[in-house]
Amino acid sequence: MARGIKDKVAILGMGCSKFGERWDSGPEELMVEAYLEAMKDAGIEPTQLDAAWFSTHIDEIGTGKGGTPLSVALRLPNIAVTRVENFCASGSEALRGAAYAVASGAADIALALGVEKLKDTGYGGLPVANPGTLNPQLMPSGSAPGNFAQLASAYRAKHGVNKDDLKRAIAHVSVKSHANGAKNPKAHLRNEVTEEQVINAPMIAEPLGLFDCCGVSDGAACAIVTTPEIAKAMGKSNIVTIKAMQLSVSNGLESQHNSWDGSYFHTARIAAKKAYAEAGIDKPRDEVSMIEVHDCFSVTELVTMEDLFISPEGGAVKDVMDGFYDSDGKVPCQIDGGLKCFGHPIGASGLRMAYEMYLQLQGRAGERQLADPKIGLTHNLGGAPSQNVCSVTIIGAHGI
Amino acid sequence: MMAQNEIGLTAFGGYIPRLRLQRKSITAANAWIAPNLVSKGRGERSMGNWDEDSVTMAVEAARDLLGRSDDRSHVDALFFGSTTMPFADRLNAGIISAALTLDRDVQAVDIASTQRAGTTSLLQGLGAVAAGSAKQALVCAADRRKTRAACAQELEFGDGAAALSVGRDNIIARYLGSHTQTVDFVDHFRGSGEEFDYNWEERWIRDEGYSTIVPDTVRALLQKTSVNPSEITHFVMPCVFPKLGQKLAKACGLEQTKIADTLSAVCGETGSAHALVMLVHTLQTAKPGEKILLVNFGGGCDALLFEVTDLISNMSGRRGILGALADRQEETNYMKFLTFNGLVEWERGMRGEQDKKTALTTLYRNEDTIMGLVGGRCTETGVVQFPRSRISVAPNNPAVDTQEPYKFAERQAHILSWSADYLSFSMNPPNHYGMMVFEGGGRIMMDIADVAPGEVDSGMEVRMVFRIKDFDDQRGFKRYFWKAVPVRDVAKQAQAAE
Repeated sequence: MARGIKDKVAILGMGCSKFGERWDSGPEELMVEAYLEAMKDAGIEPTQLDAAWFSTHIDEIGTGKGGTPLSVALRLPNIAVTRVENFCASGSEALRGAAYAVASGAADIALALGVEKLKDTGYGGLPVANPGTLNPQLMPSGSAPGNFAQLASAYRAKHGVNKDDLKRAIAHVSVKSHANGAKNPKAHLRNEVTEEQVINAPMIAEPLGLFDCCGVSDGAACAIVTTPEIAKAMGKSNIVTIKAMQLSVSNGLESQHNSWDGSYFHTARIAAKKAYAEAGIDKPRDEVSMIEVHDCFSVTELVTMEDLFISPEGGAVKDVMDGFYDSDGKVPCQIDGGLKCFGHPIGASGLRMAYEMYLQLQGRAGERQLADPKIGLTHNLGGAPSQNVCSVTIIGAHGI
Repeated sequence: MMAQNEIGLTAFGGYIPRLRLQRKSITAANAWIAPNLVSKGRGERSMGNWDEDSVTMAVEAARDLLGRSDDRSHVDALFFGSTTMPFADRLNAGIISAALTLDRDVQAVDIASTQRAGTTSLLQGLGAVAAGSAKQALVCAADRRKTRAACAQELEFGDGAAALSVGRDNIIARYLGSHTQTVDFVDHFRGSGEEFDYNWEERWIRDEGYSTIVPDTVRALLQKTSVNPSEITHFVMPCVFPKLGQKLAKACGLEQTKIADTLSAVCGETGSAHALVMLVHTLQTAKPGEKILLVNFGGGCDALLFEVTDLISNMSGRRGILGALADRQEETNYMKFLTFNGLVEWERGMRGEQDKKTALTTLYRNEDTIMGLVGGRCTETGVVQFPRSRISVAPNNPAVDTQEPYKFAERQAHILSWSADYLSFSMNPPNHYGMMVFEGGGRIMMDIADVAPGEVDSGMEVRMVFRIKDFDDQRGFKRYFWKAVPVRDVAKQAQAAE
């Protein structure tokens, strides 16, 4: 295995727009909002940026292809801007591009910014994407909840969990995230909910009800990265570095080969293993302080607890119900409210997750601040359980 | 007649959609506007699901006939009769042929424009075999006729299909002869591009149409074949007029003959398919040596005579029309019927706006994948997959260029994972779909059809059906693909109904 980029890249600054139904803002305004906060946090001028990575997923909305939407919105000084797109993991991909540029020495300071303006489509939920020419002739004309909901049926069949027990466990996943999101001024949904409310909500895709689905929001998030040495030279203390960045992409096995049982993410397990190896983590359940995972749907979060090797195989229901992932649990999950409360402006989400981990590690998370976290993990997923891309990023205090 | 010169029917198949609309639900909804129809609110009519048309039903009837064997190379001619074909200019029999994975060398023909299209197709099949231009002709007929709301036809009609094969070997019903009259008697018509039939007065159709043309044709046939009316065991004739069959049989001298059930109580008249539907239904209980007179009225009349052979016993246990009729689901929602038949403008939501334009190049390049559900099997590892690809999906041996075509359509599968989706656009929400895992390997994420909420679960056994995938209303195109339906124990179903 490659040596990796552990501690080669430091986060110099981050920013995150207010997420929500931003009727007042287009993608440009959202980008500027996240960018100005990050630049202020980093304490640099635009001329100090060497290169930028820009993530946005949905062409139909009109943010635009290529690097120009970012360069024009931010009036960047004609530096390299690369647009990246990798489904719902696009935001993590922007960060990976910028981090690799710094780690390689090609850039001293690089910027990653992700944005999505979903609320100009007229849809509740994600808009219907252009499926190409072959897929619509073969694939069910489904939806994201319908695809992810299938995890529940396969998980129940595999682990012998009855319908009601699983429904209650995934309800608790959402209850916990809403409790956290209520404390976050940048979250879209800031209301607490009860398990009964979640269980009795209208059905979206069996067994996922309304509160099992993440919100649909507009938002942008931004990171500025450099080397730890440059950060130190700039007088930064309490430096947060990247410990690992791994991405695993399906090759058709899950959707075409009978070795996959439908109850977990094949890619997440591969990405997690590689990330732990890169970061030098042997016992994730004990060593990881907090996690931000891709809770597009409650059931996704539930099975992800096993895919990240934090809950044992078949043990996620118990851990969730025991409060292991609650804000006062052993490994708090979605301490910012997650996709559940932030919604999922696709290009921004991976960077939004990193933003919370960064704030927590710097002790700047306000009312949500955890006691002395050392290692944070983000898990950002795109596609469907049967075919997807999965990113696992680990960040932590420099020197650990 | 020398045995080696004999031709006849060699197998049959049938298909009636599972939904059976209760006529009472039609008449109750329309009583305010059509009180004259209230008395017709008895029994049930078959009702195609939203994703069924004459082509998909014909495919199902043909599959029932052909059985589960992958080898269909023996079929060298295909005749499809219908007046409700989905395409006015695209060979509809070509769609059926692709779905059945028949050889390219097959001669496929559409026969339309008359209620006799089914029997005319059968006559064409018999003619082709007799002439030696085909060895094994497959004949299908299907119809899904659209009517306006609150008319008699809405109650009388049903949707369905039948299939027969014609050949020289393994004959289950010997062909004794036929006679046809062509008469431009316009009992009803449907102009080009029109959606609905226009009907003339029933009494005239009955007395001046059926009552003169049918006896003339039958008499000519009996004379031609030198068969005495008393030899005829079954008189098979679609007719929506009560008791007219008996009257005409009598007029033809067929006093001893059994009048075949028109299936009006349990199915309704399935258009140009109905003569063949009734023939298959009759064959399923017929005994060796019995003679069957098949009569079909419409723009004249076709009359065909068959004699059942000992080999009819080979067909016992076939699903046919009897089996299809037993596999039923009562439907009492008249609004659903209207919606499925495009008679209601309903709010489809934004997700229903998606452009369904089909790339015809992509369709053709992947023809056997899409139309025939043909995947691949790695000749090195035996790993089966869908779709076929140059590099095998086998995780331990991604062999290159080793795949041979592998047919999935006739293989059973079970559901690995599924959901009932209320968000995505569906003509019949919730949209059920999931991962189907096949006996013998391979899996496909696909739609699940003919199910109600609460019915589906992981592990459920399913089989494949050929259905409409999407409508492209903007361009008048239809996409077809395969869907999973539960394997149902019809005997249990019948028990539960009692």
